[in-house]
Amino acid sequence: MEQFTGKVWVLGDDIDTDIIIPTEYLALPTVEDMKQYGFSPLRPELAGQIGEGDIIVAGKNFGCGSSREQAPEIIKALKVRCVIAKSYARIFFRNSINNGLLLIENSEIQNVVKEGDMLTVNVGESLVHDGQSYAIRSLPDNLMDILNAGGLVKAMQKKNGVI
Amino acid sequence: MGHTVIEKIIQKNTGAAVVKPGDIVTVNVDRVMIHDIFIPFVADKFEEMGFQSLWDTDKVVLIYDHLVPTSAVEDVRHFKIGDAFVKKFGVKHVHRSDGICHQLMTEAGYAKPGDIVFGTDSHTTTYGCVGCFSSGIGYTEMAAILGTGEMWIRVPETIKVQIDGTLPDNVYAKDVILRLLGDLRADGATYKALELCGSTVDNMSVASRMTISNMAVEAGAKACLFRPDEKTCAYSGVPLSDVDWIYGDADAQYCKVLTYKAEDLTPVVACPSQVDNIHNVEEVAGTELNQVFIGSCTNGRLEDLKVAAEILDGKTVACKCIITPASRKIYMEAIEAGYMETLAMAGCIITQPGCGLCCGRSGGILCDGETVLATNNRNFLGRMGTSKVGIYLGSPATAASSAIAGKIVVP
Repeated sequence: MEQFTGKVWVLGDDIDTDIIIPTEYLALPTVEDMKQYGFSPLRPELAGQIGEGDIIVAGKNFGCGSSREQAPEIIKALKVRCVIAKSYARIFFRNSINNGLLLIENSEIQNVVKEGDMLTVNVGESLVHDGQSYAIRSLPDNLMDILNAGGLVKAMQKKNGVI
Repeated sequence: MGHTVIEKIIQKNTGAAVVKPGDIVTVNVDRVMIHDIFIPFVADKFEEMGFQSLWDTDKVVLIYDHLVPTSAVEDVRHFKIGDAFVKKFGVKHVHRSDGICHQLMTEAGYAKPGDIVFGTDSHTTTYGCVGCFSSGIGYTEMAAILGTGEMWIRVPETIKVQIDGTLPDNVYAKDVILRLLGDLRADGATYKALELCGSTVDNMSVASRMTISNMAVEAGAKACLFRPDEKTCAYSGVPLSDVDWIYGDADAQYCKVLTYKAEDLTPVVACPSQVDNIHNVEEVAGTELNQVFIGSCTNGRLEDLKVAAEILDGKTVACKCIITPASRKIYMEAIEAGYMETLAMAGCIITQPGCGLCCGRSGGILCDGETVLATNNRNFLGRMGTSKVGIYLGSPATAASSAIAGKIVVP
């Protein structure tokens, strides 16, 4: 079982894809060019503060709004290790899995965690904060297969025999 | 045990005798739509995945709408990449200046009753207006479909929305969907399908149904389906006998049923900056406006322009009022009907059909402290300019009446 620990950034409910990456930056050539604008309508300084291995903890309906796949890509490009939210919007959920971004559903951790706290994730099993453990579920097998392949591109490359 | 509309469509598509919510199935995709914003990413992923050809060149539709006409030099790159992809792989259907993707997909007959269609845009739920199961996906998944023609889906549960009776004169389809979003909330239909029925819905035009299915995704819905009828068949060019199987059975299992009496509904607006922040127009009446926007794939159809033209006939707008028809066909029909002349005489700014202001890229961007009343589908922070723009969403009637007053008024 995979385990990691990261610093927490706390966001609220209904964090939409226009907040994660506004449309005006979508025509920039690469996700690397866009990532400095991540979350800018809500917290312009946040993209510069997030560090490698950090964890985003949010409320319900994370990633609602458009189908822009740059939303999970920006979060990955900012080197966020995983997102923990009460629930996710459908398209964002699929896009995250397809890009190899780990999403965890949990509705308890928001009550105890503060921004800057350290949180340990035991993938598919539990979250550990301040000595307390909170159970989490594993994803369905077909989704874990895509995540484990490293995303949908890699899964298709295997199918097409190019890797 | 009976079935919901979406269960029947999935059963027919997969050949499975029975599917139930929660089943994960692989469907054969009938059509896909890619728009200009995402074509560079789709093209890139498609080649990176190692595909040599499209699964079916006839089933792929590429539509330029978000960046038409360009408003920044880097926008041109999207068209160049799109055109190169079309040439290399033989995409059969390309629209370069015909209007907004979600209007064109049913208007040009690409998405038909009973079909399963995916698009690289969240508002792909729109085609449910003709009884098509359509949903938005990301560009990586689109690239995989382009190569395989297949897509895995989880069979969704269905929420039934029953609306009966006659809507008051100043209440429109937009008010119906906004009310529904206020009741369901922004995540109330996540992973689920909506199915609309009842005499109010039966009496609606396909265009009005489109306003509803377009915004269903704002409650998180995977799809939003209407039973096809004579009006649908006339619009989609299919015989009734081809679509008479597309309805929810009386004993189908719904996870939730919402019931409305049309006479109880009122003109409403979504207040800044969430689509489910719904209030009666009366409550916010008097709010000063810098701009009004009438159009988009939500409310840029002929019936919407007609309502606006009737209200603005002989009047003068008191603030900027931008009109954006959903397609070139609608634009020409509105000219023919005299609506465009009426709107221009009233002082409106008429733009090309396209996504324009709705996606905040061009044609009326606002700045800090400004307020706009718009008929499109989203009022998120920063959607139409800076994050300090207040965006209210309402019907074309509310918008046109408010444009005359320069402040929000009850239509």
